Amino acid sequence: MARRLAVRKTYKLWIGGAFVRSESGRYDEAQGFNFPRASRKDVRDAVAAARKAAEPWAARTAYNRGQILYRAAEALESRGAVMGVPPEEVAAAVDVLVHYAGWTDKLAPVLGGVNPVAAPFLSFSLPEPTGVVGIVAPDAPPLLGLIAELSPALAGANVCVAILSENNPLPGLDLAEALGVADVPPGVVNLLSGRRRELASAVAAHRDLNAIVDAAGDRELSPELDRLAAETIKRVRHGDPATSYEDATSDALERLNAVTELKTAWHPVGA
Amino acid sequence: MSSSVETRTSIVWDYAPAPESVDHVRLKDRYGLFVDGEFRDPIDGRYVSTINPATEDRLADVAFGGPEDVTAAIQTARSAAPKWAALADLERAKYLFRIARLIQERSRELAVLETMDGGKPLRESRDTDIPLAAAHFFHYAGWTDKLHYGVNAREVEPLGVVGQIVPWNFPLLMAAWKLAPALACGNVAILKPAETTPLTALLLAEICQEAELPPGVVTILPGDGATGAALVRADGIDKIAFTGSTAVGRDIQAALAGTGTPVTLELGGKSANVVFEDAALDQAVEGIVNGIFFNQGHVCCAGSRLLVQESVRDEVIAKLWQRMHRLRLGDPLDKNTDVGAINSAEQLERIEMLVAAGVQEGASRRTIECELPERGYWFAPTLFTDVSPAHRIAVEEIFGPVVSVLTFRTQAEAIEKANNSRYGLAAGIWTDKGSKAFEVARALKAGVVWQNTYNHFDPTAAFGGYKESGFGREGGPAGLRPYLRVVR
Amino acid sequence: MIRRLPHVDRVGVEERAAQLGKRSIKTTAKQQGIRMAVSMLDLTTLEGADTAGKVRHLCAKGVCPAPTMPEIPSVAAICVYPSLVATAKQALENTGVKTASVATGFPAGQISLEAKLRDTEDAVAAGADEIDMVISREAFLAGEDTRVQQEIIAVKERAGDAHLKVILETAELGSYDHVRHASMLAMEAGADFIKTSTGKAASGATPGVCLVMLEAIRDYAERTGRTVGFKAAGGVSTSKAALHRLVLVKETLGDEWLTSERVRIGASSVLNDLLMQYAKTDTGRYGRSEDFSKE
Repeated sequence: MARRLAVRKTYKLWIGGAFVRSESGRYDEAQGFNFPRASRKDVRDAVAAARKAAEPWAARTAYNRGQILYRAAEALESRGAVMGVPPEEVAAAVDVLVHYAGWTDKLAPVLGGVNPVAAPFLSFSLPEPTGVVGIVAPDAPPLLGLIAELSPALAGANVCVAILSENNPLPGLDLAEALGVADVPPGVVNLLSGRRRELASAVAAHRDLNAIVDAAGDRELSPELDRLAAETIKRVRHGDPATSYEDATSDALERLNAVTELKTAWHPVGA
Repeated sequence: MSSSVETRTSIVWDYAPAPESVDHVRLKDRYGLFVDGEFRDPIDGRYVSTINPATEDRLADVAFGGPEDVTAAIQTARSAAPKWAALADLERAKYLFRIARLIQERSRELAVLETMDGGKPLRESRDTDIPLAAAHFFHYAGWTDKLHYGVNAREVEPLGVVGQIVPWNFPLLMAAWKLAPALACGNVAILKPAETTPLTALLLAEICQEAELPPGVVTILPGDGATGAALVRADGIDKIAFTGSTAVGRDIQAALAGTGTPVTLELGGKSANVVFEDAALDQAVEGIVNGIFFNQGHVCCAGSRLLVQESVRDEVIAKLWQRMHRLRLGDPLDKNTDVGAINSAEQLERIEMLVAAGVQEGASRRTIECELPERGYWFAPTLFTDVSPAHRIAVEEIFGPVVSVLTFRTQAEAIEKANNSRYGLAAGIWTDKGSKAFEVARALKAGVVWQNTYNHFDPTAAFGGYKESGFGREGGPAGLRPYLRVVR
Repeated sequence: MIRRLPHVDRVGVEERAAQLGKRSIKTTAKQQGIRMAVSMLDLTTLEGADTAGKVRHLCAKGVCPAPTMPEIPSVAAICVYPSLVATAKQALENTGVKTASVATGFPAGQISLEAKLRDTEDAVAAGADEIDMVISREAFLAGEDTRVQQEIIAVKERAGDAHLKVILETAELGSYDHVRHASMLAMEAGADFIKTSTGKAASGATPGVCLVMLEAIRDYAERTGRTVGFKAAGGVSTSKAALHRLVLVKETLGDEWLTSERVRIGASSVLNDLLMQYAKTDTGRYGRSEDFSKE
C-alpha cells in the first residue's frame, strides 16, 4: 500500500480568538516546523484584542469564569496526546488549570473582606482584575510553564497577551487549539511566537497594558522590562528562574495577588 | 379605586398548557439503599411508596433504612474514610468537579424528578434548585485543595464519618449543601433524605457511581424520623448536620448532649420582610411575593411576616393583593405554573389548621380565587391583615403560602418588631436609602439579611440562623469550618 | 422646584421582566398571541430613502400581511414621516388601518417649539389619524419638567382629533427612575399613548423599560381613572420578543389591555417573523425568509 502523505500543520499566532499569520510575514523554525515570527504590530493587535475582551470577561460571574477554566482543562485533557510534550507534563498542566478554576470565586473572601473602621461606616475591600497582563513564558517546561503563568491571571479575571518560548513555541501554539474550543471568549488569551526579547519589550512598552509577568529567567531581559514598565507604572512580577513547576500551585496566592487590584469602598451606616 | 383590581378579570389570552415532558426520566420501580457504592435491599428496613403530591400517584418504592441498616452503613463508611482522606487534595477535588458537571448534564432529568417527587413548580427546580446544586459542588470542589486558605490554618484534618439529615423542601439542593463541603474537607458522608422526597438523592447516588466516586464515600439512606433518630444516636458518627424543623432540631441537640459530637442545625424561621416608605414599591411587592410564595412558602427563610411602614400600608397591600392574582397555581410540571402542590397531606393539614387559627383569633383573611385541582394537595396564596404580633399566625412558622401583615411607624419600631421572635433566620429590608439599609441590617438578629431583594442564594454566601433558627453556616469558607478540625 | 424621582430598583425590575420572558407560549396560545401582535403593529418606515412607492408597498403589506393565511388580521397602523402621510392615507382608504405620523422634529427633536408645532400641523393637515411626538430630552435632562409638559400640551392641542403618542426615548434618559418620571410627566400632560423609543437610538423597548412604563400606566390609571396606551418601539424584532411584551402587558395590567386600542408595537421586520412562527405552528416546519413577501 502506498504511503499516505500527511497534511502538515501551519502554525499561526492566536489573536482575538482567530488564528492569524504574522503581519511581518517572517518565520522561524523549531522541530521541523515553521512558526510565525510575530512583530510589534502583532503585539499591538494582540493588546487591542485583549483590551476589548477585558471588560466583558471581568463582568462575567466568578462562577462562569471558573466553569470556563474547568472546560479548558477538559479540552486539554482530551487533546493531551497531540501536544508534543510528555503525558506527565500534560497531566500536571491540566491539574494546574483545575486548581485555578477553583480560585475564581474564592479570591474575594481570601484577598478581600470587610474593614471594621472606627467610624459609622460599612467599609469593604474587593479584589479586582488589574486588566491586561503581559506574560513572558518560560522555555521549559513549554506547556506546563505557560499554563502555570496564564492560569493565575485568568483566575483573577484578567486577560492575557503571552509571548511564548522562543526555542519551543509549538506546544503553546497548539494550546490555542484547545482553548479555542473550550468556551474561552475571543481575546481573553492571545498567544504570540517569535523573538522573545523583541516581543517582550514591545509588550512592556505598550502603554495600554497593566501588568507584566516575567517567567523567562533572562538576566538581561528582566531589568529592561522593569525599565519599560516604569513608564506607565505597570505592576511587574519576575518569576524565580530556578522555579521547577513541580509544585506549580504552592505560590498561588502570591501569583494571584500580583495581578489583582484592591478596591476599598465606604458607605455610611445610619438612618 | 377601580373595582377591576379586586377580582380576576375575564381571560382574553389564556396560556395553553405547557407541560414539561417526562419521557426522558428513567424511574426505576424500586430503589434500594445506596451503601458502599451500590444499591442494596434493607436489612431491617422496609420498602415504602413515594408519591407525587400533585396527583397522589405512586412514583416508585424506596427502601427506608432500619437501625441495622444504619449500623451497616456506618461500618462501610468508616472503612472508606481513611483512603478518602489520604487522597491528594486535588484528586478529591476532581471527583467533586465530576459530580458538579454530571449534575449539569443530567439537570433536566433531575428537575423533572424533583418536581414530581416534591410538588414544586418545574420552573423553580429547573432554574433554581438544580443549577444551585451543581454550583455548590463546583464551588466546594475548588476549596478541596485550598482548605488552609479557607479557614486560615496551616494544617487541618477531616472529622471522619458525618451523618446528614435533609428536609423535603429543596431535596437535591439541601443534599448538595450538605455533601459538598463535607466531602471537600475529606469526610465521608451518610445522607438521610426526607421521607417524602428521596428520589433526587437516589439519582445523585447514580451520579456518584458515574463519577466513579470510591464506594462508601457517599451513602444515601432514605427513611423516616426513626431512621434519622437512629443515625443521630448511632456509634461511630463524628458529626451531625441537620436541616429541618426547630422541634426536631431541639430533639437532636438534646440527644447529643454529653456525647461531644459536634452538630450544626439549620431550623425554622418566621422571617420579617420590612418595607419602608422610601422603598422601590413595585419591586418590593415582587420581593414580598417571592419571599412567601416561592416554593409555596415551604422555605425556612420565607418572608412570612410582612412589616410595612404605616404611611405606605394601603398602597403596598393593594399592589400586593392585585399582584397575587397573577399567580398561577396548578400542575407543577407545567412550565407556566408559579405555585405548585403542598408537599404532603400532613403539611396541608398543618397549614389549614394555622390559617383557621388566624381567622379565629380575629385577623382578616384574603385568599385568591383559583381552581384547585381535584387530586393532590393544594393551598391558594393567602394574605392576612389586621394581624397582631401575638397572633399564632404572626408567631408560629406556617411553612405555606400565607403572609401576615403588620405595620410599624419608625425604623426603631421595625427593628424591634422584626427581632421580637424566637427565630432569627432571615430578613428583608426594602428602602432606597443605603445608610438605612445597612443600619437596619446591622441591627437585625438574623443570619441572612436581604436588602432590596429576597430568596437569593449562592454557594459563596454563608447561610444560617441566629437564635432558635439554628447555628452553623453553609456556603462560603464559613461552610468549611463545621467539617474539619484545625490541627495548627 | 426640586425634582423628586420615584424609586425604581433596576435589579428587581430586570429580574421580574426576565422571569416573565420565561412564560411558555405554545400551540393555540401562540397562534392567538401572534394574531394579537399583528393586530397591534404600527408597521413603520422612517428612512431618508422613503418614497411614495415604498410606502404604498408597505401599506399593502399592512392591510393584508399574509394572503395565504387569511386569519391573520391587518395591522393597526402604518407609521411614516409627515411628507408621506397623504400617500399612506390614500392607500389605506376604507381598510380600517390607521395612518400614524411622526412629528416634532423626529427623532432628535432638536428644533424650536414653533417648528415642532408646524411639523405637527402639516401631518394633521395631510390626514394623520395619530401623531407620534418626541419629548424634549434636552429639557428633561436639564431638569425642566414644566417645559417638557408644556410642549406636550401644545402639540396635543395642534393634534386636534388625532391621537397623540409621546415618545420618551428611554435609551437617552439614563435610568429607570427617569423612565418612570418621564412616563408620569407625559401622562399628566395629556398623552393618549406613551411610547418607549424612536427606534433610532442605541436601545429601545427592552423588557425592563416596558415593565417600568406599564407599571406607571397602571398606577396612573388607578389614581385618575384615565387609560393611557402603551407602544413598544425599537428592538422588538422577533416573534418571541413581541410575545414577551404581550406577556408583560397581560401580567402587569390584565387581559382587558390586550387590544390595539391600548397596546401597539412599532416595528418593521418583526412582521415576517410573526408570520413564519404562525406558519410553523400549522406546518411544524421551521421557515425561511422567502416564505413571505418583503413588501
